Amino acid sequence: MSDIAIELKGIDKSFGAVHANKNINLSVRKGTIHGIIGENGAGKSTLMSILYGFYQADGGDVFVDGTRTVIRDPNAAIAAGIGMVHQHFMLVENFTVLENVMLGAEESQVLTAGITKARAELRRLEEEYELEVDADAIIEELPVGNQQRVEILKALYRGADILILDEPTGVLTPAEADHLFRILRQLKDQGKTIILITHKLREIMAITDEVSVMRRGEMVATRTTADTSVEELAELMVGRRVLLRVDKDEARPGDVLLAVEKLTVRDSRGVAMVKDVSFDVRAGEIVGIAGVAGNGQSELLEAVSGIRRAEKGRILLNGEPIDVAGRTDPAELRARGMAHVPEDRHHMGLVLAFEESENSILGYHTDPRYVSGAFLNIDGIRRDAAEKMESYDIRPRDVRLRTANFSGGNQQKIVLAREMERDPSVLVIGQPTRGVDVGAIEFIHKRIIEMRDAGKAVLLVSVELDEIRSLSDRVLVMFDGRIVGERSPDANEGELGLLMAGVTDSREAAA
Amino acid sequence: MSVPYGKLPAWVDFGLIPLINLVVAFLVAGLVVLAVGESPLRAAALLVEGAFGYGEGIGYTLYYATNFIFTGLAVAMAFHGGLFNIGGEGQAYVAGIGVALPCLWLDQYVPWFVTFPFAILGAALMGAVWAMIPGWLQAKRGSHIVITTIMFNFIASSLMVYLLVDVLKPAGSMAPQTRTFVEGGRLPKLDWLLGAFGLDIGGAPFNLSFLLALIAAFVVWVIIWRTRLGYEIRTMGHSPKAARYAGIRENRIIIITMMLSGALAGMMALNPIMGDQHRMQLDFVSGAGFVGIAVALMGRSHPAGIIPAAILFGMLYQGGAEISFEMPEISRDMIVIIQGLVILFAGALENMFRPAITSLFATLGAARPGTAKPAE
Repeated sequence: MSDIAIELKGIDKSFGAVHANKNINLSVRKGTIHGIIGENGAGKSTLMSILYGFYQADGGDVFVDGTRTVIRDPNAAIAAGIGMVHQHFMLVENFTVLENVMLGAEESQVLTAGITKARAELRRLEEEYELEVDADAIIEELPVGNQQRVEILKALYRGADILILDEPTGVLTPAEADHLFRILRQLKDQGKTIILITHKLREIMAITDEVSVMRRGEMVATRTTADTSVEELAELMVGRRVLLRVDKDEARPGDVLLAVEKLTVRDSRGVAMVKDVSFDVRAGEIVGIAGVAGNGQSELLEAVSGIRRAEKGRILLNGEPIDVAGRTDPAELRARGMAHVPEDRHHMGLVLAFEESENSILGYHTDPRYVSGAFLNIDGIRRDAAEKMESYDIRPRDVRLRTANFSGGNQQKIVLAREMERDPSVLVIGQPTRGVDVGAIEFIHKRIIEMRDAGKAVLLVSVELDEIRSLSDRVLVMFDGRIVGERSPDANEGELGLLMAGVTDSREAAA
Repeated sequence: MSVPYGKLPAWVDFGLIPLINLVVAFLVAGLVVLAVGESPLRAAALLVEGAFGYGEGIGYTLYYATNFIFTGLAVAMAFHGGLFNIGGEGQAYVAGIGVALPCLWLDQYVPWFVTFPFAILGAALMGAVWAMIPGWLQAKRGSHIVITTIMFNFIASSLMVYLLVDVLKPAGSMAPQTRTFVEGGRLPKLDWLLGAFGLDIGGAPFNLSFLLALIAAFVVWVIIWRTRLGYEIRTMGHSPKAARYAGIRENRIIIITMMLSGALAGMMALNPIMGDQHRMQLDFVSGAGFVGIAVALMGRSHPAGIIPAAILFGMLYQGGAEISFEMPEISRDMIVIIQGLVILFAGALENMFRPAITSLFATLGAARPGTAKPAE
């Protein structure tokens, strides 16, 4: 027995010309929470995929519990006691918790015996680790936080001693994240080893014992968490000093460029998601909409940008009304000075199968700069895309690379470059830095402030309260389809948190 | 998270993997031949010999390939817009009217090259109209295009029986077909093309529509990858949400894509009607519309892939006819089985061997570390 749970020696992995992992050494002590941070594309996910058997390393060795282990596939990883909780859950949505936990470990063709055993085992695990989940609940009816617990249970059920969590808090509310951390500490106290992959420095500081930093495929440092600081880690990740706080001057608001009046929007099932919402955004200010995901922000954004039809209400763009209830047309709004960075970068903001240059014209593909007659001006498009790549530092600098092969931060920059370079009067941005690394976050925030200072009206929606607070000049809090309050960004975090949970001064809104 | 498999060189992706799939399909087909009690090797030899062994065989192979290029392009065009057009068969069938009418009207008065443009236009127009209705139903009513295009194949079939029996059949004739066109309604054969290679096409109906098919393939490439319309079609095909975001009118694109697809399928009618039979008969499409689906799948919806895939299927048709002639045990249905296997391995099971090949290449790459060094 050794007190090292996982040791990686000289792990090397390339994908074609991309050297994703360069001679990585890492040792994770038993019974600790070990954080791995790095920008998107630094090689964290590749490294963990090697450990979990999704990829084979080109070179190097993996030692589990001091013994050299070859992990050919996830089954081998599970056999070695390694479990993984993926960023995107691997659950069957219309199965119960119990069925999901058993899936792939049914033990026999007839399920009865297995079910009884699994139920008992599940109960034991739940009690031992305070992972309370209703075993008979259907997955799709559970809140995201509980779904994640099911993923953890799945790993534990298979006898995992080492648990890898890939960006686990990306989908959680602050309260759910806190709960997850309590569970992780509990697991640690029971002797489990946890590897936490994240790009959120605060989480690293809050929960890990040790932290390893990756940059561009290399392991650049390992620190004891207690002996390091957010600033040091950020600098290690990016390779230079990073400004974590956004620098900005006082806003100088001008005319109202975007006015929303008594807007009501229904989703595709006919449920009212935005209820009687009114606000306006002036030139030269950033109005942030805070709220837990799913409280109508997405529908609001889509209605404002012309993608979704509104049921009632008015929207004025540069003082002119837009036909919200009729045939809304994003192209027309674009022509009138609206730019939109959508929340769903992968399906809406980009076509991942396209070349980078093709995405650089999405929505502007009728612009005379990009087309002559019916034909695309391919050279013009590529030249233009190359210029944007340069000015937004999009890497790798290859306008013909498939967009799916760019990292999250670079994909977001592709969208931002496209939308910001058109000199719009109103900029609507959803989740500007979701899945984006620290270095790129700094860049994106700076650009958003620059847009404000250039006299644009910026409407910002984000589930990251920190982001809303550091960028916005005014904060609106949205809950259950309504704006439940307006606060200054300097308002106390607890107060904003309460508003986000629907607790207003006068009434207690139960969810 | 990253893609599950590493990237492969293009020649593996577009050359080696389809080839392996094809070889496996033929191996399994060989087992079937063996099961019927014939020698697979002899069958294979007959197939290749029959399709490529002599001028007339090549002529027939390319004649069939012409049909499949058109219908393959039709399916591919719809695929790019995320639409599965199963109705190539019916669209080509109805398009026969668009070919036959100009021929019937003009053939006695003008030479073929005057009739030809009208026939092309008529074929494309009729095919487009026949595909437009399901497109319109999908766009406006949400009726699924797969269902409606299949139904339109049946409607086309009944319609054509009616027209050929009751309307277009010359008085006094007993066969459900139009009268035979004279010179002005006949496309010249391409005997000179194969003649340049010292081959004699004999009685094979290899004709000018083959060149039209090649032009159509190029035009499809231009539309898909070089025009605004193609950009909009592809955006919708990959991500309807992104299309909505970009202000692309989904309904408009669905209808236009289907019309283009139908027009391509329709032009297939030129080959048998103007190029071969010189009259319109019942069932002249004889399954080419469905083969187009397989051709598009195998050709990865790219014109440069569709042409070789169409020639492959042309080979199966022509060589298969040869086999069933020489080996009575093996009927035409057997050829359909072989085609089915090709579709199965090249289309449905396209990625079956990919993981193994990927890891093989990863191992080879690791064995030669010099090749995988960082680019930075």
